[in-house]
Amino acid sequence: MRIELERRARASTAFAAISPLLALVLTLFFGGLMFWLMGKDPVATLYTFFIEPLFDVWSLHELVIKAAPLILIAVGLAICFRSNNWNIGAEGQFTMGAITGSILPVLMPEWHSAALLPAMLIMGMLGGALYAGIPALLKTRFNTNEILTSLMLVYIAQLFLDWLVRGPWRDPQGYNFPKTISFAPEAILPELLDSGRAHWAAVFAIVAAIALWFMMRFMLKGFEVSVLGQAERAGRFAGFSSKKMVWFALMLSGALAGLAGISEVSGSIGHLQPSISPGYGFTAIIVAFLGRLNPIGIIASGLVLALTYLGGEAAQLSIGISDKISRVFQGLLLFFVLSCDTLILYRIRLVFSGSKTEAGA
Amino acid sequence: MVSSQDQGEPSLLSVRGLTKLFGTFAACDGIDLDIAPGEIHALLGENGAGKSTLVKMLFGVLQPSSGQILWQGKPVSISSPGQARDLGIGMVFQHFSLFEALTVGENIALSLDPKISLSKISEEAASLSKAYGLPLDPKMHVADLSVGERQRIEIVRALLQNPKLIILDEPTSVLTPQEADRLFETLFKLKAEGRSVLYISHRLDEVQRICDRATVLRHGKVTGVCDPRQETPASLARMMVGSDVAAVHREDLGTPGEVLLDVKSMSFAPRTPFAVSLKNVSMSVRAGEVLAIAGVAGNGQGELFDVLSGEYPVADHDAIKIRGTSVGRTRINGRRLLGAGFVPEERHGHAAVSQMSLSDNLLLARAHSDRKAFLAGGLGKVIRHGAVKAATARICQVMDVRKSGEDPTAGSLSGGNLQKFIVGRELDRQPSVLVVNQPTWGVDAGAASRIRQALIDLAKSGSAVVVISQDLDEIFEVATSIAVISEGRLSDAYPAGTLSLERIGLLMGGIHDSTQHASHAGEAADAH
Repeated sequence: MRIELERRARASTAFAAISPLLALVLTLFFGGLMFWLMGKDPVATLYTFFIEPLFDVWSLHELVIKAAPLILIAVGLAICFRSNNWNIGAEGQFTMGAITGSILPVLMPEWHSAALLPAMLIMGMLGGALYAGIPALLKTRFNTNEILTSLMLVYIAQLFLDWLVRGPWRDPQGYNFPKTISFAPEAILPELLDSGRAHWAAVFAIVAAIALWFMMRFMLKGFEVSVLGQAERAGRFAGFSSKKMVWFALMLSGALAGLAGISEVSGSIGHLQPSISPGYGFTAIIVAFLGRLNPIGIIASGLVLALTYLGGEAAQLSIGISDKISRVFQGLLLFFVLSCDTLILYRIRLVFSGSKTEAGA
Repeated sequence: MVSSQDQGEPSLLSVRGLTKLFGTFAACDGIDLDIAPGEIHALLGENGAGKSTLVKMLFGVLQPSSGQILWQGKPVSISSPGQARDLGIGMVFQHFSLFEALTVGENIALSLDPKISLSKISEEAASLSKAYGLPLDPKMHVADLSVGERQRIEIVRALLQNPKLIILDEPTSVLTPQEADRLFETLFKLKAEGRSVLYISHRLDEVQRICDRATVLRHGKVTGVCDPRQETPASLARMMVGSDVAAVHREDLGTPGEVLLDVKSMSFAPRTPFAVSLKNVSMSVRAGEVLAIAGVAGNGQGELFDVLSGEYPVADHDAIKIRGTSVGRTRINGRRLLGAGFVPEERHGHAAVSQMSLSDNLLLARAHSDRKAFLAGGLGKVIRHGAVKAATARICQVMDVRKSGEDPTAGSLSGGNLQKFIVGRELDRQPSVLVVNQPTWGVDAGAASRIRQALIDLAKSGSAVVVISQDLDEIFEVATSIAVISEGRLSDAYPAGTLSLERIGLLMGGIHDSTQHASHAGEAADAH
């Protein structure tokens, strides 16, 4: 017996709809299996991991805090991926956005103004966009692969941040801890509700998702993204420029990642430090694919992936397993999402006869 | 209709009432087919007539919804290509499935019993290929072979299974005339050995030349079984298309008007190592004229289209003029705004995005030129889907585009129907200059005649039309004047009436003797 993938006559709409759910179910099953092999009760552990956080106001706020950057980054990446540009460096653009956004509160701590926060957010977006412009320049000028260049730039951004907070930007009164001075109250992104820490980044995320959904669905720009992503030659025939699209897609996703970065620093942390992200920029790739590269779907998938972060923390506290487990869950999820997506275009056929290997078309 | 059953001889393969449904659509509807031993049997039909579906069922790639297949009189169900091969059916697909990085011998071995050694297979393949006049060197890498040689691998691979029936799907569509002749000799050898051949084609002259009998399909049904040699091309075409193929009607187009497209000593360097450079190309096309550009494939036709369309602008702004305006450096949408329309050769991925709907594909070519109708919201450029869909429906109706739903994806249409849509998309806006590359390439006779008529009608209404084509029949049908492109150089244009086929043939090779030498050298290498 062997398993064959047989191409469907047309894409299955049923599987396009259930593939993310199927992936979730498979992830839960294999996650439970993993807990069981570790000697834990799989049901109880999964409950702690995925359900318990949803019954607590505090953790719901934490969920929103973690989902916001994921959604912000992922909607930008979705546009980028749809245009066939593979920005893998959102983590670096996030970091660079956090750095450029922090220039004002760190270097001009005396400036107290209502314009401070908007200026920081704009500078954060600019920083992320310009940083994503480097792979765009390299791709359009030298035909380099943006997957490699954007990924390598992540490590440069992270080490640059590390050097800043240990060197020139270190808080003189900080007992030699590698961190900058704490931001002034005017530089802090306000909380949304009195009940918890969730801040305005969540609003940015929802607005960005809806705006980009509208663009993809109703605007010529969205059409241009899809055309160039699917057939570059046809895009040229339509008068669209694929070079300009490289710049647009990378800088858009870079700007949103930069906005997520400065929002995280300003809203959740309050200063710069060597580590400001638990890998949001990479996890957002999973969010984008789980949400079918659709900005509205990404809102839902962002919440799901945020839950894996929370669950990891909960599991560490109450069950005593490493919070690396959330990475395992994210990996499982990406694996199953991509595998289940295969079923949209292919069906699985079990062939029982012992016939010879087919070489025909 | 000639009945096939009165020969008394038992059929090798019979098909009774074979039906294949895709949803509610019957791709094949109650098909009867008989293939006698030792005959070359043609399966004729337009694109989308159900030929491929039928053949896939015979080869076990698809399963019939109902009906029966009889092999040597016994009912069989063919559930896989492997089983079809075991029965004695071999198939040569239109699109090859070869690994370019492997040698000929390795490619053949892959489809055979893994227990047989590679050297034995190579030996057998070499002797077999020699016996059938299909010279092949088993040690050559596939990547280095021509299309014709690759097809030979597929044929030899099928022959190694010692089949009683060989199915060939549009085998000559990829071959040069010389290669096709060699293929026909092989088919006659196979026939002489008592093997049967099912030959799928829509080239009527070939079918008349080599086939003993023909079964004609239309819309999934058998519309005739005949001896093609007793028929005329017109009567065969009638069976294929259902009515007489409308002869393209071209009265005198009147005296040409003003020059609408003017190209003066334009040169264009090759973009890629495989591209042809355009050298000093000049032409001028007047209102009411159809200028056909003949030439053998790969002599700069694609490059000429790229430059005329503005997909790749030229440095000299004055080298190209549309309606008196210099457009050399103007891009495609700027040229469209001046009233030009363009139809590229490649339907999938150039003229249309296969995965997108027809209405999206309409927007593809006309978002800019029709932005008042199709876009709203000023700078926001919001697409007015309603208006685009209405225009799509209008075009489909005018051009008789047959499709399976309200707004299906471009990829789901047959080649002819998609081409009608792509041409109709431009005609719908009455372009004053239309540049078309290979308008009826791989398109069935009915659609081809409709498209050609539309081109002539457009010229008659006062537009300038440029048709780049390799099909000389098409050129003589539509052109008022003819120029020939060879190695990136364009000849002067001659009035269509003054040029004979021979003259064009000379022009194709005559400008540069080196072309001919090159092709002769290629053939010699080919034959070892």
